[in-house]
Amino acid sequence: MIFIEDKQMVIPGDVLADNEYHSGRGTFKEDDKICSSLVGLVAIRDKKISVIPLQSKYIPKRGDVVIGEITDIRFSMWNLDINSPYSGILPASDVFGKEKRDLNKTFSVGDVLFLRVVDVDEVKKVKLGLKGRGLGKFRNGILIYITPTKVPRLIGKKGSMINMIKDETKCEVVVGQNGVVWVKGDPAMERVAEKVINMIEEQAHTSGLTDRVRNMLFELLGKEKPEEKPEEESDKEPEEKTEKESDEESEAEKEVAEEKEEEEENGEDLIQ
Amino acid sequence: MITIIINKDFKPKSKPSKRADGRAFDELRPFKIEAGVLERADGSAYLELGGNKVMVAVYGPRELHIRRLMQPDRAVLRCRYNMAPFSVDDRKRPGPDRRSVEISKITSEAIMPAVFLEKFPRSTIDVFIEILEAEGGTRCAGITAASVALADAGVPMRDLVVACAAGKTDGEVILDLSEAEDKDGEADVPVAIMPRTGEITLLQSDGNLTTEEFEKALNLSIDGCMELSKAQKEAIVKRYGD
Repeated sequence: MIFIEDKQMVIPGDVLADNEYHSGRGTFKEDDKICSSLVGLVAIRDKKISVIPLQSKYIPKRGDVVIGEITDIRFSMWNLDINSPYSGILPASDVFGKEKRDLNKTFSVGDVLFLRVVDVDEVKKVKLGLKGRGLGKFRNGILIYITPTKVPRLIGKKGSMINMIKDETKCEVVVGQNGVVWVKGDPAMERVAEKVINMIEEQAHTSGLTDRVRNMLFELLGKEKPEEKPEEESDKEPEEKTEKESDEESEAEKEVAEEKEEEEENGEDLIQ
Repeated sequence: MITIIINKDFKPKSKPSKRADGRAFDELRPFKIEAGVLERADGSAYLELGGNKVMVAVYGPRELHIRRLMQPDRAVLRCRYNMAPFSVDDRKRPGPDRRSVEISKITSEAIMPAVFLEKFPRSTIDVFIEILEAEGGTRCAGITAASVALADAGVPMRDLVVACAAGKTDGEVILDLSEAEDKDGEADVPVAIMPRTGEITLLQSDGNLTTEEFEKALNLSIDGCMELSKAQKEAIVKRYGD
């Protein structure tokens, strides 16, 4: 027995189905019933029911790429705020190797870094690393905070959404899995990108978003609106968020990895 | 964003009532709940129940810096119930007092069973309940609004806790006491429940009631909770349109 439809909005305590289904993320089992624990949209895949939250906090996961800000410098490590209930640490040994050097000279409080989550242990101590293509420090640019669950939506299918923003605003855009977005470009263009990204966050749970984003971009840039092109994506859009969620997440990761290549020079000069 | 409802809009039932505001014995005051009213909080809610106006902000799960409070296996839920100095007729001295410390404690204990605290070890969830205007039954209004704000913040929960009071005035058991009814009345029974399972998470009783009266009051407040629960759900759905 199932009591809800795919993509329906649910709230905590809603009964979703009985025990012939499996309970996925955002749900819990109680007395042979599967209930939602979050405000979100239902995703049914085969016999597994999950709820994709509309609002959430980033919980660090090994292998994620995140954007963090340095909050403290300790004897042999930096503390970073990664927009999560848990702060991250970046050990000096990860940056310098065995060499002993002054931590203050490399990164100071307030610096924004692009990092990889190397390890999360059982007490949620988050170890970060800078080893990898393009990881390193950002110079200039602005930071935009979005809900982490909306990251796949911002990136879009195979990076369609993020590439559109990049192409139209001529900004460099890097998205961390923790919902922090770094944008660098012409100050006016940065503001346009910020507006668009905030709009995507607000409307992430609606369909036909790609078209609206395109229209908004053109409007903000003062360009002519393009012909209403038949957008093959627009119909499928809600699926992107729910059914294809996991594929998309991996795609999102790939995309983020690609981004890094652009940042490579940043990554290089900090290891010097 | 916030529109104020006026009690004058309230139409008394055809059935004559002994209550000062013309309500039936099992009738709630007019109420309204809104979710997501604060920009900077992770989750927020605004609730009006008769003359009560309550604003709740939720922050978290976030990092807990006070190590002695930290729980290695779960998050801590910290609630702060605060009455604004202008919330009552005689100015209330600002700051925590015996009453607000008690209400903060019972609020956090009423909500705790519903929250999956074990999903966020070593962190904290902070709930701030501000009473902007008080007219009896603020603790229940606070709990009801707090669970809407928690859901809005995306905190995983088993159910939305909802609270409502019943009591006795002029020898009659009635639902949702107003300030005057509470002051002149004989008893007040605030109840918080998880509506899906019917579990009671808060039960207080102030005053004297016979067993039958107490049972009647309990059932009455559970009915009131169910009615408020619907409004809670609507508030969250409305927050995201459609």
